[in-house]
Amino acid sequence: MFDITKIRADFPILNETVNEQPLVYLDSAATSQKPQAVINALSRFYSHENANVHRGRHTLSENATRNYEQTRTLLADYFSVKSNEIVWTKGATESINLIANGLASRLNPGDKIALSAIEHHANIVPWQQLAQRTGAEVIILPIENDLTINSVHCSEFIKQQEPKIVAITHASNTLGNITDLAPIINACKAINAISIVDGAQAAMHLRPNLQEISCDFYVFSAHKMLGPTGLGGLYGRFELLNSLDVYQTGGEMIETVNLTHSTFRDAPGKFEAGTPNIAGVIAFSEAINYLISLDFQQMRQHEHTVFDYAIKQLSAIDGINIYSNQTDNIGNISFNYRDEHPFDLATLLDGFGVAVRSGHHCTQPIMSHLGIPGTVRASFALYNTKADVDAFISAVKSSIELLD
Amino acid sequence: MNSAFEAVSKNIETAAGWQQKYRQIMLLGKQLPVMPEVLKVDDALVKGCESKVWLYIDFDHTENSLVLAGDSDTRIVKGLLALILALYNGLTPEQAAQINAYDEFERLGLISHLSPSRGNGIKAMVDKIQTMAEQKQ
Repeated sequence: MFDITKIRADFPILNETVNEQPLVYLDSAATSQKPQAVINALSRFYSHENANVHRGRHTLSENATRNYEQTRTLLADYFSVKSNEIVWTKGATESINLIANGLASRLNPGDKIALSAIEHHANIVPWQQLAQRTGAEVIILPIENDLTINSVHCSEFIKQQEPKIVAITHASNTLGNITDLAPIINACKAINAISIVDGAQAAMHLRPNLQEISCDFYVFSAHKMLGPTGLGGLYGRFELLNSLDVYQTGGEMIETVNLTHSTFRDAPGKFEAGTPNIAGVIAFSEAINYLISLDFQQMRQHEHTVFDYAIKQLSAIDGINIYSNQTDNIGNISFNYRDEHPFDLATLLDGFGVAVRSGHHCTQPIMSHLGIPGTVRASFALYNTKADVDAFISAVKSSIELLD
Repeated sequence: MNSAFEAVSKNIETAAGWQQKYRQIMLLGKQLPVMPEVLKVDDALVKGCESKVWLYIDFDHTENSLVLAGDSDTRIVKGLLALILALYNGLTPEQAAQINAYDEFERLGLISHLSPSRGNGIKAMVDKIQTMAEQKQ
């Protein structure tokens, strides 16, 4: 059973007060909070286990290497893929850059790279840069008026336009909207396009089975999955992953080096140049263990209940505009109050101890589409409750009174 | 301290609780003259703000004083901007250089708004005005 009281007790920060108010943390889309086990693991590593990995035959180094590689296997299991298909990076952004860079040599002038209109800047800018370098062209997948992605429309577009690369989010960071990936990935396969899915938001909420999704690449950030900051990674279908051009070069990733020529290890090693974020990876294993200790259906049910309640309460407030899809959503609600600036509302909410984010959320194309400077985004995670929603709604109402 | 600033900051200083403080700040913003749309150009934008802040800093050579005008698309930043304008408008460069905006915001219990991470550009505005004052001395 999903014991929310016990779960909340596992996240020490949830007991904090900010601005003399109990913290109501609704910014998990920016970064999730960390369970005590993750915090302990970081401290334990530096106190008792610190050593470099993949070299040195001393015990600490061997233990560190084993724990580091076991986390890779653990995450591979979480995603239902093989461990040599997981590469560690510093985050989803670096993962996309690594993939874009690695695909450069197979693009020709006039080739197309298709993106959706609701991507995070991290899944737009690297592709624009790649297009500039190679003479390829960025094209935008069709988007519905309500900012949802219609997979059928997108699939038709992909078959028509025949892009070489399709990069699409599994769930929008700004809106929370979940993409129905299957038809899109099928369309990619039909025309031999390489598919890259941005899983930064979805990796924790949807526990994706990547074998089923069968995309070519899937990127994620550990800190949005209860893990430490400064760590993320990617899944890549092995043959394709291993054939990518290397991103950064140096130590660790090589097989042999002489002064004029070097050979590289196979994936994933060849994409992990230099000393990696060892403490982060090892502590991340506690985050994955934490997630898999929860029954997925029960966790999603809980998240749905809290999200539906928040949508219902928020919609009932006169003057609130909600931009998020209210059914297929990981738990991010983007909204505004009348034509008030989101900055003002978010600042006042902070005064009530409610942590939300305001702004364009690194998705300026969405804001242009909506004709607004930004939104207030309340994003929920497994540790949020209906009581959080009540505190949030009460703070929204009080803030509105101050604004009116 | 100049009297214009004293007049506008009094209500903030005596406000009971943070909510009243914000209410007073937003009221101040409302009283700021509306900037004509033609002046709201990108060149006048203060960089590094989540909200938009247009700031004009001019120097009146006959009066030897700073002439400031500004606007923002958010209520709170506009109110804070009004405070800054009241603090510096009409001062000679020497007088302006003497002003410590941080101390004043501290006194009003608004110091957190000057922190760089806030992204509201208050710090950038103050820096810009101080730079101008130094140049004109």
